[in-house]
Amino acid sequence: MKLSRYKREISAALAYAALLMAVGVASPSFFSAANLSDLALNNAPVLLVAIGMTMVILVGQIDISVGSQFAVCSVAAGWLARSGVPVPLLLPCVLLIGASMGAFNGLLIGRMGLPSIIVTLAMLVFWRDALRWTTEGAWVQDLPTNFQWFGLGQAYGQLLIVAVAMAVLIGFSWMLRNLRQGRAIYAVGSDAEAARLAGIEPPSVIFNVFVLMGALTGMAALLNAVRFTSVPSNAGLGLELKAIAAVVVGGTAITGGRGRLLGTLIGAALLGTIGTALTFAGINPFWEKAIQGAIILAALAADRLIDEWRMRNQQ
Amino acid sequence: MPRLKHGLRMTDSPLLEAIDITKSYAGVRALSNATFELRAGEVHALIGENGAGKSTFIKIITGAVEADSGEIRLLGEPLADNSPRVSKALGIAAIYQQPALFRELSVAENIAIGLEQVESGIRIDWSERRSRAVDLLAQVGAKIDPDTEAGELTMPQQQLVEIARALGANARVLILDEPTASLSEEDTRKLFHLIRELRARGVGMIYISHRLEEMPMIADRVTVLRDGHTIDTRRMIDVDRQQLIRMMVGRELSAVFPQRQVETGEVVLELLGLGCVAAGIKDLSLSVRAGEIVGLAGLVGAGRTELARTIFGLTPADSGEILLRGEPVKISSPAQAIARGIAYLPEDRRRHGVVMELPISANITLASLDGLSRFGALDFRREREIAAQYTERLGIKTPAIYAPVSTLSGGNQQKVALSRWLMTQPSLLILDEPTQGIDIGAKWEIHALMTELTSQGVAILLISSELPEILGMSDRIAVMCGGTIAGILDRAEADQQKILALALTPALGEVDSTIRP
Repeated sequence: MKLSRYKREISAALAYAALLMAVGVASPSFFSAANLSDLALNNAPVLLVAIGMTMVILVGQIDISVGSQFAVCSVAAGWLARSGVPVPLLLPCVLLIGASMGAFNGLLIGRMGLPSIIVTLAMLVFWRDALRWTTEGAWVQDLPTNFQWFGLGQAYGQLLIVAVAMAVLIGFSWMLRNLRQGRAIYAVGSDAEAARLAGIEPPSVIFNVFVLMGALTGMAALLNAVRFTSVPSNAGLGLELKAIAAVVVGGTAITGGRGRLLGTLIGAALLGTIGTALTFAGINPFWEKAIQGAIILAALAADRLIDEWRMRNQQ
Repeated sequence: MPRLKHGLRMTDSPLLEAIDITKSYAGVRALSNATFELRAGEVHALIGENGAGKSTFIKIITGAVEADSGEIRLLGEPLADNSPRVSKALGIAAIYQQPALFRELSVAENIAIGLEQVESGIRIDWSERRSRAVDLLAQVGAKIDPDTEAGELTMPQQQLVEIARALGANARVLILDEPTASLSEEDTRKLFHLIRELRARGVGMIYISHRLEEMPMIADRVTVLRDGHTIDTRRMIDVDRQQLIRMMVGRELSAVFPQRQVETGEVVLELLGLGCVAAGIKDLSLSVRAGEIVGLAGLVGAGRTELARTIFGLTPADSGEILLRGEPVKISSPAQAIARGIAYLPEDRRRHGVVMELPISANITLASLDGLSRFGALDFRREREIAAQYTERLGIKTPAIYAPVSTLSGGNQQKVALSRWLMTQPSLLILDEPTQGIDIGAKWEIHALMTELTSQGVAILLISSELPEILGMSDRIAVMCGGTIAGILDRAEADQQKILALALTPALGEVDSTIRP
């Protein structure tokens, strides 16, 4: 009985296990420590964004501007570091920048009730082009040497990025389940009017979720930037799709109100592994995107089948 | 089939027969050997508690689901391979409680859908479409401009459009599923008038309703379903309300409404000249005492729900005063109302009373999460205990308290919604149509619970469109008309005529001048 509540996570995990097994058979070197840590590092920022995206989708909204926000935060982190802001202060600065961009989305969507898909589409274009105009396409280079503070500098420092992402995941998991505000996210996502009648204020719940989304995007941008010697001005292209796909594959209902971060973790891992797995299996990696698309469709179809099966069992 | 002529009365040959219909869902019997017969020019009431099998029966007739065994015959011919398309083509139409019109389309277009054959390349004849709509609307006695968008019509008007559409499709079997559930007394009377006219034209009608008091007014025969079995079919003039209830529940209910002897206490809620432009409320004064049930009667559109929403902070008042225990308060959001001890059970249970996806336990605690937190985190053990406690106290039938509310029946969902408000320990409980569309057993339990609450000193404001419920439960009855109170009646002096007369007070509301009490 208890296990059946996790059926969506279980089916995603089974799919992931099948993928790992297939790759393991085709190419055992896939499981080398270097490859696995590379995988984890590359996907940790995506996971952070997907955590925020899970909450945005749970509350019944969507945010397609995260890729552009990510780029703004990345470049801002580079500039701040170059202009002499001490490295330990970078994190609060970037969190604040991300949260401000999220707050702007939250204001328009939560407080003014504008549709999130259009608002964030506008912000996607706005931030991306504002950045292009400001940087004129130039990458941020000549970063201070200590910028790679827990990045390139230390061998094990890199894994700290993964640890931070996992800690954030566990923290938000706990909060979604155990805090009043977490319960409110589910309630607003299922039926905002019913939540309002129960004394919850959907506008502030939605606003807060977008602020968190922005802050997590900022954190992801910083953790990604510190791994490299320069910051590209076109960072985060297509990030929104990766994050939304991870959430959906993880079993969160796109209509809101149902889902868990555990599923998002599995979804992010599954989608993040495919590209590398293809290379190891000797398949042309150009297939990566097509296979990711197929997995998203399969997840949606499986979701529907599970629902129908449940309905039949109820009757 | 030969067209039935004007003025034809109930015939003896059956129009529609259902013989030994059996249907199971995943091993659970919804119908077992149900039998039913409808004649042309007959209004045949179909009654039974929720879960008795009425909906399944209707779905089988309209072809939405397939029976496991048994046979449906239309004019003696077995209905093979029934589907919504087939039944519609044969002249079977159903009208449900919630009108199913396309809100963005005009009335004429709504009527045209399903009547016109769509062939590519052929131009739509707008003038013909319009004139047919005018003709059909006239037949149902509706004064509706066919160019209006359906979404702008009132609920009763939408119902008329649906009936007009059914007439356009030459319906000879018309199924009316709870057609009066959301209608005021006046609109109900108009609908009955129309039903009688259709009957005279030879249409056979299956009439489903929880309102037993309507039956003698409209039905020729009545069939009672219980647990999927046909209990009996009788002529309406041969049975009374008590007998019907006995047949439906299979046991005698001691009284339809629980007896109540409660000393009322201090004034909990007092409204002084309350007004809200957005809600259409004006100059409204009313008081409710601890332990008292004040019934709010009135026609649909009189402003009863709007008043409840104003008190609860959904549409905050912009003039006048709200006093809680003598203290003037300003309530501008539901959160503030809840903090002040006000609870509001909304009218539309399916959409807003409960959160369908959330478990029963989370639904019950949703309005009291602050009190449930310990060191900032939710106390799951206490939540389980509380949920179990309410599930037992209100008799919520469920296998598990963490099952989503969507898995429960309507009556049980309503009990979950009520539990949520009981947990906030309100001093004022506003109930908006608390027993609409739920079965008699659950209804009785909710009435008993209201009685219990008043004995604990809760003040209750009861909104109901069912006059017997208002009369049976209230200590005082406030009748609304045109956004304000038209008059207040004591329990002893109140009767249906007096309430209706007040509800139709012409000076107060913009009531159609042709309507007379």
